[in-house]
Amino acid sequence: MADFLQLLIAGIATGAIYALAAIGFTLLWQTSQTINFAQGEFVMLPAFFALAAMKWGGAPFWLACLVAVAMSLLILGVAFKGLIVDPLIKHGAMPLVISTIGLSIFLKDGVKDAYSAEAQPFPAIFPDRLIEILGVKVSLAQIGVLIIAFGVIFVLQWFLGGTRIGRQMQATAQNPTVARILGVPVERMILYTFLINAALAAMASLLISPIYLAKFSSGETLGMAAFVAAIVGGFNQVRGAIAGGIIVGVLDNMAAVYVSTAYRQAVPLVLLVLIILFRPQGLLGRKEERAV
Amino acid sequence: MTRFNALKTPLIVLALALLILVPADLTGFGIPWGGLKRYGIYILSLWLVTSIAAMGVNLIVGYAGQETLAQAAFLGIGAFTSALLLKAGYPFFVVFLLAGALAFLVGIVLGFPALRVQKHYLAFVTLAFTVFMWLVIRNEDWLTGGVSGMDVKRPVILGVSTKPGLTFYYLILAMTAVLTFALRWILNSPWGRAFTALRENPIRAESLGIDVRTYILLAFAIGSAYGGFAGALYAPLVEFIDPAPFALGPSLLFMLMVVVGGAGSFAGPFIGAAVAVLLPEWLRFAEGLYLIIFSVIVMLMMALCPTGIVGLIERIFTPARRPHADDKGPVLKEAK
Repeated sequence: MADFLQLLIAGIATGAIYALAAIGFTLLWQTSQTINFAQGEFVMLPAFFALAAMKWGGAPFWLACLVAVAMSLLILGVAFKGLIVDPLIKHGAMPLVISTIGLSIFLKDGVKDAYSAEAQPFPAIFPDRLIEILGVKVSLAQIGVLIIAFGVIFVLQWFLGGTRIGRQMQATAQNPTVARILGVPVERMILYTFLINAALAAMASLLISPIYLAKFSSGETLGMAAFVAAIVGGFNQVRGAIAGGIIVGVLDNMAAVYVSTAYRQAVPLVLLVLIILFRPQGLLGRKEERAV
Repeated sequence: MTRFNALKTPLIVLALALLILVPADLTGFGIPWGGLKRYGIYILSLWLVTSIAAMGVNLIVGYAGQETLAQAAFLGIGAFTSALLLKAGYPFFVVFLLAGALAFLVGIVLGFPALRVQKHYLAFVTLAFTVFMWLVIRNEDWLTGGVSGMDVKRPVILGVSTKPGLTFYYLILAMTAVLTFALRWILNSPWGRAFTALRENPIRAESLGIDVRTYILLAFAIGSAYGGFAGALYAPLVEFIDPAPFALGPSLLFMLMVVVGGAGSFAGPFIGAAVAVLLPEWLRFAEGLYLIIFSVIVMLMMALCPTGIVGLIERIFTPARRPHADDKGPVLKEAK
């Protein structure tokens, strides 16, 4: 039982990180119909910004983290929107999907050539000391991850629902045309979405890299987890992405122990297929009404 | 009719003649051309095999308007079927047909979700299938050799060994030609026109009496079978197979090459496959940077010409004064 609880807590901790990536994914989808096949690489990259700042800039760790967030906002937010999404969005979904696949190859191989092909150890924000609560061993790092991830999610929920800008962003997501008529600066709201996605990716990157190491190819697994989380939870709901992230994180950890390490990756995928077949709007999603 | 269309038949004949003659040693006929070296022949063979699989993706994506990220998995099904059956001593053509048939059947099963879900969700289902197939290939050592892979021998056909690269190349060329004309025939038949109707407007297609469900399944099954056929040629071509070429990355690449080449146009897959197979060879000087250059080209291509290279060529050959109703574009142009 204690083992089970330990796995559960570890699963929720990684799941909360997946949720960060999945929320960004759904936000982009909602406001600009962008399916970002490079989302995993978006989570892989910021850790390398931080590593580069420490290695070549001699920056201390806290400064390197800030640099990573700033670079993410600039490159994964502003540049991604301006250079890739904006010129392509008018041509429909397919060219954009292909372009983000190209982007994922670009980022992966860019990091491999510019930094290293080896997995890099990444300094942890929290000490990895074990403490015991009611007979269950929990590491401080896991608790730290949980607090930060849920803190970010909470702030984001408050921002989207409780502030004027947040509500304008929701209006843009639901119906850009009506939002524009009502005087919402739709273009700026879409830019905010991309910035939030970049910031969430950076947070996820700084939290997950101490656990799984920073590696150029880790975007493949991370992207898949974010993908599955977003769809399982509901593509059009932020709280769906949170639930989906946690489910995927827990399943992932449990499957490694209770199913088989060889087919560990298959378990979230089976869930994905079942959800798509029997509840395509996701666990918490609304049905999308489509015009003919 | 554009000027480009008028040139089509002579171009196809010319291309076929070049494909037959260029790799061969012609010095015996008094022509000072020694043919391609072994590696050149291998790359050309690889391009044709890739084109076959890409043709299948083009049928599903470009003509029927569905999405698939599973072609590398079907390539794998074909490759391991042919590797195992060739080892067991079955004749090549039987193996070839069985590989295609197995991919066809699995394609039908995978096509069923397509009836329930739309577009991108379908892409996710096929994506899951690809990862699952890859896990099976990697983990079931007793069948596939797992990560250490398995050797494949080139077959002997009617007493002729296809061990030499050039002989096997001609086998591949013949199979490619057969499959190309078969697909062309399908597309020009009422079936093929139904596929296009499906892409243009599924609801209208249905109201015209086209059984949408059957045609989506058929497109999926035939497209997947082409992946299986390609795999049956791929395994003996490279003579060694392991899980790597059948993973998710290559599956994405198939989709990418079809759209970059020009989805929904017949020449698109060949051009896209050329970009994916031949371009790395030309970019050899750049060594490790080749994937970076390749991905930048893809992103630029999508930004500047989302209808792909074929679209670009047609734009050049089409007189500018007529902004005519484009019959090739809708898959790409359709607004979100």
